[in-house]
Amino acid sequence: MSLVGEGSSFAGPARSAVSAARQEPSIASVGDYVALMKPRVMSLVVFTALVGLMIAPGHVHPVIGFTALLCIAVGAGAAGALNMWYDADIDAVMSRTADRPIPQGRVAPGEALAFGMTLSAFSVVVLGLLVNWLAAALLAFTVFFYVVVYTMWLKRATPQNIVIGGAAGAFPPMIGWAAATGGVSIEPCLLFFIIFFWTPPHFWALSLNRVDDYARARVPMLPVVAGAEETRWQILLYSVALVPIGAAPWLLGFADAIYGVTAVLGGVLMVAFAWRVRNERDGQGGERAAQQLFAFSILYLFVLFAVLLVEGVVGARWV
Amino acid sequence: MDEKPERIVLTEEQKRSRRARSIAIALALGALVILFYVVTLVKGPAVLNRPL
Repeated sequence: MSLVGEGSSFAGPARSAVSAARQEPSIASVGDYVALMKPRVMSLVVFTALVGLMIAPGHVHPVIGFTALLCIAVGAGAAGALNMWYDADIDAVMSRTADRPIPQGRVAPGEALAFGMTLSAFSVVVLGLLVNWLAAALLAFTVFFYVVVYTMWLKRATPQNIVIGGAAGAFPPMIGWAAATGGVSIEPCLLFFIIFFWTPPHFWALSLNRVDDYARARVPMLPVVAGAEETRWQILLYSVALVPIGAAPWLLGFADAIYGVTAVLGGVLMVAFAWRVRNERDGQGGERAAQQLFAFSILYLFVLFAVLLVEGVVGARWV
Repeated sequence: MDEKPERIVLTEEQKRSRRARSIAIALALGALVILFYVVTLVKGPAVLNRPL
């Protein structure tokens, strides 16, 4: 049974392309609600937040640390659900997202809205009550930024949408650090910038192979607006910038040489993959190059943060 | 004037889905209660006496 009637403005913009808010009782499964939360995005958020939590100075009780990560995960899931609520009309016309719960009619838009709002409120309040209010405030701002600034505004307005909106994905290590220390310093800001500069080449590599999808949905992704050639250049530029930024924790003395070598090697490989994308423009070669860059970008970020985590657990120079 | 209101009759699938969702909500709320209890034990008597 939908919590929101068909004529309500809370049904969101998903009116014509998506099945209308259902009047009959829901058949949505628990799995559908889990899918609303974008679990793969949640896992990356939790991992980067864990790194921020573990490399922060001082000691965090495991229960408090677990609570912080749980709240961050739920907050990320809430943001994902709200994104799916607002973007249901776009999701319905894109092949990559057409099988999501709302376009498929398994979850009503109003139900997704209520689910996302409830989870975001609970995650922020619980994080504030059980951990600290700075971490809760950062989580609240992250959810707001992703839903309102990126989803409702930037995504449909500018080809710089994922550049600016990518900040939402860069906050979790800062939230983890704040949960552990009650404050924010330059170290988590470095982690923020690593993810911030990683996001554009990562997403543009994905979007290069989905230009028709984004064009059909009228989303002004860079390949749609400026063309594939300009996108390839931008991917290369951001990848080059990522080399020193990724190595910054080591260059500034916050991480050990193992991290430094990993960051430089990973960054150089990232540039190499971006160079291939730049050169292999057409046909299957171009598609494969973009796919490989996308896949490697995930591995790059994971390995970078994993090394930081190991150094933090073993005992590195984070102060 | 004396027409009975149309009642909603759930299908078996709808009943199963509703039951599964209800169980999931109950488990989540239960976990929340346990979480608050455990954190209260961890933080001790000064659970509310802490800097913001």
